[in-house]
Amino acid sequence: MSEDKTDRKGFFARLTQGLTKSTTRVSDGISGIFTKAKLDENTLQDLEDLLITSDLGAETAAEVTTALAKDRFDKEVTAADVKTALAEIVATKLEPIAKPLVLDADAKPHVILMVGVNGTGKTTTIGKLAHQFKTDGKRVVLAAGDTFRAAAVEQLKIWGTRTGCDVIAGDVGADAAGLAYDALAKAKADNADVLLIDTAGRLQNRRELMDELAKIVRVIKKLDPAAPHSVLLVLDATTGQNALGQADAFTEIAGVTGLVMTKLDGTARGGILVALAARTGLPIHAIGIGEAIDDLRPFAADEFAKALVGAQMS
Amino acid sequence: MFDTLSDRLGKVFDGLRGRGALTDSDVVEALREVRVALLEADVALPVAKDFIERVRVKAVGQDVVRSVTPGQQVVKIVHDELVETLGRDPAPLNVDHAPPAIIMMVGLQGSGKTTTTAKIAKRLQDRQKKKVLMASLDTRRPAAMEQLKILGEQVSVATLPIIEGQNPVSIAARAIEAARLGGFDVLILDTAGRTHVDEALMHEVGEIYNAASPSETLLVVDSLTGQDAVNVAQSFGGRLDISGVVLTRIDGDGRGGAALSMRAVTGKPIKLLGVGEKMDALEDFHPERIAGRILGMGDVVSLVEKAADTIDQAQAEKIAKKMRKGEFDLDDLAEQLRQMKRMGGIQGLMGMLPGMGKMGKQIQHANIDEDVFKHQEAIISSMTKKERRDPKLLNASRKRRVAAGSGTAVPEINKLLKMHRQMADMMKKVGKGGMKQMFGDPGAQLDEMPAGELPSAAPGLPGQPPGMGAGVPPGMGLPGLGMPGMPGPRGGSKKKRKK
Repeated sequence: MSEDKTDRKGFFARLTQGLTKSTTRVSDGISGIFTKAKLDENTLQDLEDLLITSDLGAETAAEVTTALAKDRFDKEVTAADVKTALAEIVATKLEPIAKPLVLDADAKPHVILMVGVNGTGKTTTIGKLAHQFKTDGKRVVLAAGDTFRAAAVEQLKIWGTRTGCDVIAGDVGADAAGLAYDALAKAKADNADVLLIDTAGRLQNRRELMDELAKIVRVIKKLDPAAPHSVLLVLDATTGQNALGQADAFTEIAGVTGLVMTKLDGTARGGILVALAARTGLPIHAIGIGEAIDDLRPFAADEFAKALVGAQMS
Repeated sequence: MFDTLSDRLGKVFDGLRGRGALTDSDVVEALREVRVALLEADVALPVAKDFIERVRVKAVGQDVVRSVTPGQQVVKIVHDELVETLGRDPAPLNVDHAPPAIIMMVGLQGSGKTTTTAKIAKRLQDRQKKKVLMASLDTRRPAAMEQLKILGEQVSVATLPIIEGQNPVSIAARAIEAARLGGFDVLILDTAGRTHVDEALMHEVGEIYNAASPSETLLVVDSLTGQDAVNVAQSFGGRLDISGVVLTRIDGDGRGGAALSMRAVTGKPIKLLGVGEKMDALEDFHPERIAGRILGMGDVVSLVEKAADTIDQAQAEKIAKKMRKGEFDLDDLAEQLRQMKRMGGIQGLMGMLPGMGKMGKQIQHANIDEDVFKHQEAIISSMTKKERRDPKLLNASRKRRVAAGSGTAVPEINKLLKMHRQMADMMKKVGKGGMKQMFGDPGAQLDEMPAGELPSAAPGLPGQPPGMGAGVPPGMGLPGLGMPGMPGPRGGSKKKRKK
């Protein structure tokens, strides 16, 4: 698509570009609040509200403002001070979970299972991940495990062509677990380095669908007890507090090992990550900032935090 | 959907109702908790603030505090304001336009536009006998057009032939032409998902809009969306004259925030709800009923409608007739099991019954899974015709055979037989009993019944004798739709019902 035309900007520039739109509001908000200069109860309440509008959630927002108020309450503060302080607090919370996805070199293949609710961007993320692994010289196989949604298989096949990866697909309506099993057998036979398995989107409160996911994991283990080596939960940045429930449910059923957050190129701020960090401690491996093939970036805590509160722009 | 919000509000209101007299500060305190509950449910901050303020103005003051049941009054005010926020009157799709009436679908990536497009097409075709054409203008997402084509085949709705390399505006023009020539009543344009900050794409959607001048422009919003819902709504609304909103994934356990925010932010009605992955999982949006669900008042009206929709009338009448005669055999029970499954299973039903929302969760916790119904069906299918008609035939060896055939065990068969007996007895007694008897006039339900009050006929749930034959009333007002007895609670959840 258009990735060739886009300048190869650094990570921070790209992220900022994506997040700038999202941050303007928080940033403006903070600047707006702090024309008052003194950090008092009302100001804190306003600040807490602002964080809530970034999807941090009521609890996390309260935590962050409390931390902010600790040494500064009733003191004169500037907007810049508050932004920096806020970014630091957020970054501290995110730092422990900013871990790139590392492939197990001994695993042949390293099996990655993509899970999540409908429409978060699992298939697109697989395409982007496949591109990255391929660029690193890995032998990559894709499995079209979404046998439910119309044309999901075709969609993955197109990504296979774009990235030059083999795609293993079955019939629509076929048993996804069976397909995953076949794909792993094939990937093993082909001596592949990475197998990326797509799954149908499912709401985490639909028990029968979650059972089906559990079955996929179970079946994969028959061929390789260590697999899936990574189970990535794909979260849509626009999702609100429901993401917490998604993380819990998918971890329980499929043993999520890490997160990918997509659609950070909109106005959604992904503040839910801060709440998730505290609650689950799951590492966040990558973020999606566009539809192009290279629009997947590693997650960097302090840069994300700065971008989130708008600290780099004053 | 709405469970979390419903629970939180329920707690706040229980506190209020428990007291005889209320001071203004009691109310203000309760409203603070309501505010947090709304925010945690992802209701947009400005909407939550405004809502609280409106309730406060009405609830603080002499009238409420002096009334006999001040707590109840506050709940009523909240209910009324919820309805107001949600939009009061239902807003049906407007397709009574000189053909072809054009419906344009817009929204973020992954919000569910394509699925919703097919669902709407199916509904217009089935219910309003419209001839519908669907066209995908999504040239960006790989295989998006293919997806709509396949869905079209599934629901037997025509789709515009795919021509590679055309841009969305040209496809729209071609679609309109095709709809006109083909004598279609309705054309649905499914556009590519786009981020509302993507200038180029938003410009494009504007062009499509101008070219098509649709009679309905529907913004599709994922009900799991958080605070960003406001920005999405405002920027799409700023670009296009949105005529309504479709909320998808209502069947998730999202918290309803988007539902509450959308109307207020866009000023446009929520028209439809996506409630599942099946192609008929699309519901009209009824503010009054949703408010009822949020406040745990249930939604009997929808339940009855759903029943009327799902039930095979002839079959139902046959069963009803047999019931009156006291002949309710295992085939009838099997039929009821199937009907219940079609209606969304126990939990689907529970959520719609007044005061039953909480029960639905208890069932979940009690580990009564809906698989039990599958087992019961399997048991019945493993019987001979004779046995089904006359369960008394089932002696020990026959039971062992049935158990082996259905992959269950003899105690399960005994349980099923006991349940059947209880139901048959019950049905003989109820006989002609109808909805009126069980619930009172369903139409008046929401207005008259304050939140949390269980109607006197509220069915007993776990806690009743095993098998719970008397469960949700047989017949449920509609002949033949009894809820088959539920299996005894495995987790032993014996919880008292509040009265």
